[in-house]
Amino acid sequence: MKSHMIKMAAILLVSTAFVTGCGKKKVDALPPAAQGTDYGQNATDPNAGTGQIIPGSQEDFLQQVGQFGDRILFETDRFNVDAEDQAVLQRQAQWLAQYPNTRVIVEGHADERGTRDYNLALGERRANSAKNYLTSIGVDASRIQTVSYGKERPSALGSDEQSWTQNRRAVTVTVR
Amino acid sequence: MSLFARHQKLASFLLFILGTQAAIAQTPPPAAPVSDEPELVEFDTSKTRSIAVPALVAPAPVDTAAGNSVALGRQIAEVISSDLRASGVFETQGPNGLRAITLPEVTTPQFDYWKSRRVEQLVQGFVRVGGDGNLTVGCYLYDVGFGNETTRLGFNVPPREWRRAAHKCADAIYARLTGELPFFDSRIAYIAESGPKNKRIKRLAIMDSDGANHRFITNGQSTALTPRFSPNYKSILYLSYVDGNPRIYVYDIDAGRQRLITQSTSPTFAPRWSPDGQTILYSMAVSGNTDVYKIAASGNGTPVKLTSSPGIDVGGSFSPDGRQIVFESDRSGSQQIYLMNADGSNQRRISFGSGRYATPEWSPRADLIAFTRIAGDFRVGTMRPDGSGERLLTDSWQDEAPTWAPNGRVIQFFRTAKGSGKTSIWQVDLTGSNERQLPTPVDGSDPAWGPVLP
Repeated sequence: MKSHMIKMAAILLVSTAFVTGCGKKKVDALPPAAQGTDYGQNATDPNAGTGQIIPGSQEDFLQQVGQFGDRILFETDRFNVDAEDQAVLQRQAQWLAQYPNTRVIVEGHADERGTRDYNLALGERRANSAKNYLTSIGVDASRIQTVSYGKERPSALGSDEQSWTQNRRAVTVTVR
Repeated sequence: MSLFARHQKLASFLLFILGTQAAIAQTPPPAAPVSDEPELVEFDTSKTRSIAVPALVAPAPVDTAAGNSVALGRQIAEVISSDLRASGVFETQGPNGLRAITLPEVTTPQFDYWKSRRVEQLVQGFVRVGGDGNLTVGCYLYDVGFGNETTRLGFNVPPREWRRAAHKCADAIYARLTGELPFFDSRIAYIAESGPKNKRIKRLAIMDSDGANHRFITNGQSTALTPRFSPNYKSILYLSYVDGNPRIYVYDIDAGRQRLITQSTSPTFAPRWSPDGQTILYSMAVSGNTDVYKIAASGNGTPVKLTSSPGIDVGGSFSPDGRQIVFESDRSGSQQIYLMNADGSNQRRISFGSGRYATPEWSPRADLIAFTRIAGDFRVGTMRPDGSGERLLTDSWQDEAPTWAPNGRVIQFFRTAKGSGKTSIWQVDLTGSNERQLPTPVDGSDPAWGPVLP
């Protein structure tokens, strides 16, 4: 666990550099380590902490795209992919081009300040927006599944603007 | 045998009329006012009536499958008293704190005694155990001021269904004294929640309208959302992530099995029954765009697409006559409430207040549509089907997803706590009064109130 924390700190440094210069939607801070990450993302990898990352794995993906490079964020009730999001998705596409046998699931999420059914629909839209952009830059659509979690799986746990900003997201997760 | 299988054995649940006052008991409660312009009828809660409910008399104490008949007499009175108190229309006394009554008193009350205790209405009754082991529950309502009997009913139930006899008695009293239709003898499907905010365990569960007879249906391994009882209580529509994707299943309660409502690989959500139980309304996202569909509940039909806007069209609720559907759409730029005919024609917006409007639910009385209004906080309110007469009933950080009592006078919804995300089920009457939380064993959301039991 301790070595995992050290790795998280290292990734934070990388990601801080990566998000520097981002606009309104930048992720300001890591969510608390013990709480707010997505399913799949913090799954324990048997190689975690040994310094060995299997090429093509989820951990490799996260390493290559940078912390928070697995996700794009949205304004309230919006689902458009802006230039900032495109840069994130382009890095994902580059990684996917390296591992043509890898498939991904794009998870669409909404913040808690929407009603349940509408948020499921909104999560669908967001996941499909990310998918559509990835396919537009050459990723085969058959490699990308989508799933909406609506407001069921928040990443940040607060009931405040900063948390909601982080929760309105589409997250790309690799499938083994 | 499941609770529901038992409920379906209604041959064993006989309502009969005691004695000679059949004409009174059979008189239906006055119908709600009917006019071209629906009126918002209000309970006169400023004049709550004081009702006393002493323990029902068990003339010959007998042990039953549900306990001794003397204890049952007290428990039935407790449920009657609790139902009437929870309605917000009455102040109740008893059975605790009231003296025991004798069997002769059941039909000849000591009116002077009850007057001296400032009781206006008196509920008395008895519990007898028949040779077949079933209970006969007698239920009498007296107007203490006038010194006369106004309602008497009897119920023949298996001992394990004693609570239903109590609810039926409370329903008869409520209907008699308010002129409204009954609603206590009904059930609620909801989602039981536990665990941390980002790994919430959500289980399908059912309970009586007062929270009793609680039962978990799913084990929580996959997220369950948005249940709806079928009108005959035989099945439940709900959303499950059991295969990893949000899909609507129809769960057969007796068989304990479920099936997809449509074989489409697209995600489906927001399920609703038509009032006759023959049709299922649902929402489906295809390539990211959500529209409202309907399909035969039998599972043999083909889906009919009802909306086709590029915006999100979602949810929906049939009018009680099945001819219209109210649903929500963001085609105007934000969530608003729309009406359409049941075939999808004549779609038109009805909500024009400030903020966003979501989760419309048509009242079983047809006169109102309940909704969630989002303007910063979430509040539950009602409007007429033409969009007029908007009224907000709650004021909290996040109140969501109204569902109607079968008589259309009480609304349940769920409340989410800011920060913790903890949820609870609440109800409020149409005037916004008598807000109270329902007891649930764990947190609760997505309540769906079924009709009065058959």
